[in-house]
Amino acid sequence: MAKNCHNDYKMKFSGDEEFPDLSLHNNHMAKVLTKEIYAKLRGKSTPSGFTVDDVIQTGVDNPGHPFIMTVGCVAGDEESYEAFKELLDPIISDRHGGYKPTDKHATDLNFENLKGGDDLDPNYVLSSRVRTGRSIKGFTLPPHNSRGERRGIEKLSIEALASLDGEFKGKYYPLSGMTDAEQDLLINDHFLFDKPVSPLLTCAGMARDWPDGRGIWHNDNKTFLVWVNEEDHLRVISMQQGGNMKEVFRRFCVGLQNIEGIFKKHNHGFMWNEHLGYILTCPSNLGTGLRGGVHVKLPKLSTHAKFEEILTRLRLQKRGTGGVDTASVGGVFDISNADRLGSSEVAQVQMVVDGVKLMVEMEKKLEKGESIDGMIPAQK
Amino acid sequence: MAGSFTRMIAGRNGAVLLASLGAGTMATGFLMSDNPLAAEVRTKLYPPSSDFPDLRKHNNCMAKALTPAIYGRLRDKITPNNWTLDQCIQTGVDNPGHPFIKTVGCVAGDEESYEVFSELFDPIIKDRHNGYDPNTMTHPTDLDASKITNGVFDDKYVLSSRVRTGRSIRGLSLPPACSRAERREVERVVVMALAGLKGDLAGRYYGLQDLTDKEQQQLIDDHFLFDKPISPLLTCAFMARDWPDARGIWHNNEKTFLIWVNEEDHTRVISMEKGGNMKRVFERFCRGLKQVEQLIQERGWEFMWNERLGYILTCPSNLGTGLRAGVHVRLPNLSKDTRFSKILDNLRLQKRGTGGVDTAATGDTFDISNNDRLGKSEVELVQMLVDGVNYLIECEKKMEKGQDIKVPSPVNQFRK
Repeated sequence: MAKNCHNDYKMKFSGDEEFPDLSLHNNHMAKVLTKEIYAKLRGKSTPSGFTVDDVIQTGVDNPGHPFIMTVGCVAGDEESYEAFKELLDPIISDRHGGYKPTDKHATDLNFENLKGGDDLDPNYVLSSRVRTGRSIKGFTLPPHNSRGERRGIEKLSIEALASLDGEFKGKYYPLSGMTDAEQDLLINDHFLFDKPVSPLLTCAGMARDWPDGRGIWHNDNKTFLVWVNEEDHLRVISMQQGGNMKEVFRRFCVGLQNIEGIFKKHNHGFMWNEHLGYILTCPSNLGTGLRGGVHVKLPKLSTHAKFEEILTRLRLQKRGTGGVDTASVGGVFDISNADRLGSSEVAQVQMVVDGVKLMVEMEKKLEKGESIDGMIPAQK
Repeated sequence: MAGSFTRMIAGRNGAVLLASLGAGTMATGFLMSDNPLAAEVRTKLYPPSSDFPDLRKHNNCMAKALTPAIYGRLRDKITPNNWTLDQCIQTGVDNPGHPFIKTVGCVAGDEESYEVFSELFDPIIKDRHNGYDPNTMTHPTDLDASKITNGVFDDKYVLSSRVRTGRSIRGLSLPPACSRAERREVERVVVMALAGLKGDLAGRYYGLQDLTDKEQQQLIDDHFLFDKPISPLLTCAFMARDWPDARGIWHNNEKTFLIWVNEEDHTRVISMEKGGNMKRVFERFCRGLKQVEQLIQERGWEFMWNERLGYILTCPSNLGTGLRAGVHVRLPNLSKDTRFSKILDNLRLQKRGTGGVDTAATGDTFDISNNDRLGKSEVELVQMLVDGVNYLIECEKKMEKGQDIKVPSPVNQFRK
């Protein structure tokens, strides 16, 4: 898609005539977009042809929820964050705790900097997982890329992943042409991702040409997994049963660095800059793009009056074990870092490790009928 | 692929290439990017063969017609409204189709799509419309309802009669392609014209954005309200964008003439009533259409139409007349006869359940309508429907008396 020619045609109409009706909307884009910003940006196009209308389409089509604040916009390529900064900078600031256009983001994937994390009580912490995303330089992003580009990303990814060995030796399963047996196994392992049904994604053009160019790679040990061409070019996941987050994070960092090295050799490193960190499709995933979390049993703590406040102070968020917006089952919660941009990978995983350790101790105290008032942490 | 990219970078102007492809964050070249170098490099990096869709599992008209050679010739073309082939075929790529139901698999973004991409659209049109060749044939338009004979059916059998079509406003892009401003312009033009209808056609417009709960419930009870499309055939063709902006329903006070604005087409026009008076339904249909056309012409607008393809609509299956004339008819005996399908085939009719396309029939009542859209005029198609339904009712009456029925010989395809 060399150029969004259709944008030139739309310039016949005035900004006011084209401005979307956002009166019923509750997302970050609708909060920030004004007629002035729209007028300023509508004539622009990134070199690959992505325009502000492309950025905001998903937010126009999905007014949002009274309680859940969605982002309402996506990037089509690395340059989107620069070309449309008048719109994206305030959204980023809103979403990422006041992050300023002049702020710098620190990247730290040195797993040795993580303190502890290997001693979370497995009676409470059932599983540990760290995920992030990576975008490959020189290609446009899932909302915008053509079939040729998507296949190019897949081909490059297969080459890179095939050269991994040792604990990372594994296999790629393209979604097109998957056998029933392979599919069943991937489902049982909870690895298989499906064609997006969420309108947040489909309205952003991310499900086009499905399943062309999409696939799943995982190592033989089933502890390191890569999704190709789903919501981002790559989603990288390290996971295992039990509470050894230190090991999960080690494997995460080592695996990522191995992969990045191979992509760099092909002149296609990852998209990154010192202001926004790792560049991903959704502005909510900028920075580290990292969500590190555990499934942990907290039946007593979760019903304590101060549970939410504790989570907020620890800079953590809770989800049900089915993922975003599911309810918890049997007092088991998915607890992960809330931050993405403005703190490093090590710092964010450290917060998970320290925070979960504290919450498990609180749970044990509550089991004994003791008070946890003295343990409430200060705001991190 | 990565190899060829590396070779390009290593050559002359490597830095310029890198910059124009945005391989670093560059602050230049964003405003009204007219970077021919970027487009050229992109074309070299991604020749049409790299972009050709994987259609091996597909069963739609587009997948049948599209070859790498055709794709190669058309991929880099654009219509005057800047619509591309990839955008036309996206819905067909995303919806492989069904082993039994043959979908079309492509849409037009504007009137010119049918010209600029005729190399793909013409074979699809031929496939879908019984061999109609837009290069050698012309499509007749005839909206003179007085020509219809025997157009009043026995109310004991026919419960309701209905005729629908679509119309597009020339000069504005179609629903897959239109911008918000264009869509709002379509709404403005149509609503202004409809306000000029009088007598039995006088009515009012209900914009989807501004419906009160009471109005919404009334429209649902009348079976008039259309909802945001959920069919991936439509959503993958970009037709649900910006919903419900500039969408609405207009109907006359008598609730016998109804127009949908900015759903699958700029307008869908429907005339209907209970009972079997198809002649009156068609008469109102033609009268209403002609009046609306006059009202928009007074303001300098016109419908998209040409001799080759008749009325231009979003989906190639609706070209020509865009007309589906049908009845809800009770055929308890005939529908159980094994010859029922063959009789319908020969009469060039199709059956649907009374819930619409692909619903199952409830009991013995069927929605029976014309198969064809292009190559025959409105009058011809409605007359065929009328003759066909009369024949079906005759069969039903015969079977009630215990008499046998005959399968009619097939009706002719085209005039020639």
